[in-house]
Amino acid sequence: MLYVYVGLAGALGALARYGVGTGIETFWIGMFPLGTLLINLSGSFVLGWLTHFLFRSGRLSPSIVTAVGTGFIGSFTTFSTFSIETIELLESGALGMALLYVTLSLVLGLFSSWLGFWLGRRRFRREGVAR
Amino acid sequence: MTILVIMVGAFFGAMARFGIGQLVKIWTASTFPWATLFVNVSGSFLLGYLYASSAGPSLMLGIGVGFLGSFTTFSTFKLEVMRFVAKDWIRFGVYLLATYVLGLVAAYLGYHLP
Repeated sequence: MLYVYVGLAGALGALARYGVGTGIETFWIGMFPLGTLLINLSGSFVLGWLTHFLFRSGRLSPSIVTAVGTGFIGSFTTFSTFSIETIELLESGALGMALLYVTLSLVLGLFSSWLGFWLGRRRFRREGVAR
Repeated sequence: MTILVIMVGAFFGAMARFGIGQLVKIWTASTFPWATLFVNVSGSFLLGYLYASSAGPSLMLGIGVGFLGSFTTFSTFKLEVMRFVAKDWIRFGVYLLATYVLGLVAAYLGYHLP
């Protein structure tokens, strides 16, 4: 049954990714893959926060944690699209942009995840003290 | 129709990623995130192949956006990298670089295979 939950949440996560990506494309006409970058950064932030606060707080059942974390957020963000977008930039000769995309994904991705972790842990500790 | 095709692909993509994670847990007690590395590298290869092959729009949506988009993940990868911070800098570097280097090489190979 857990597989079905993960699959359903994953379907919603992918739909959200498609919706946000299409939305960003309506105002961003540049070659730079801004949509995927913003999706991946925001998803990394949210997963960091959820993992270190909400998922640890014991308010949610383990199946919901897996469905939301692995299913929804896992599917909302994507690595394969990032890879192929980088290759397409390279193929079109936009070497600098490809390098920028990889660097931003690497550095800001780590930062987003860390920020989510840090804010989540802070909230968790504060609520732990209050209880 | 677009929405349904993406959702069906993603339903199976997310389940496959989760299933591989469960299988790897049974096979090895290693704390290295082999499952995520595997899905991200293989998914990048397959998406590269799909882009280069003359796949129609529904295949691109169902398999590309839906299945492979959900089969691979960025957020879990970053979360796992961050777990190594200050605890194991070697694994931190190895996992981070392996995902980017192997993922990009795999997408390149898939793209040039057809």
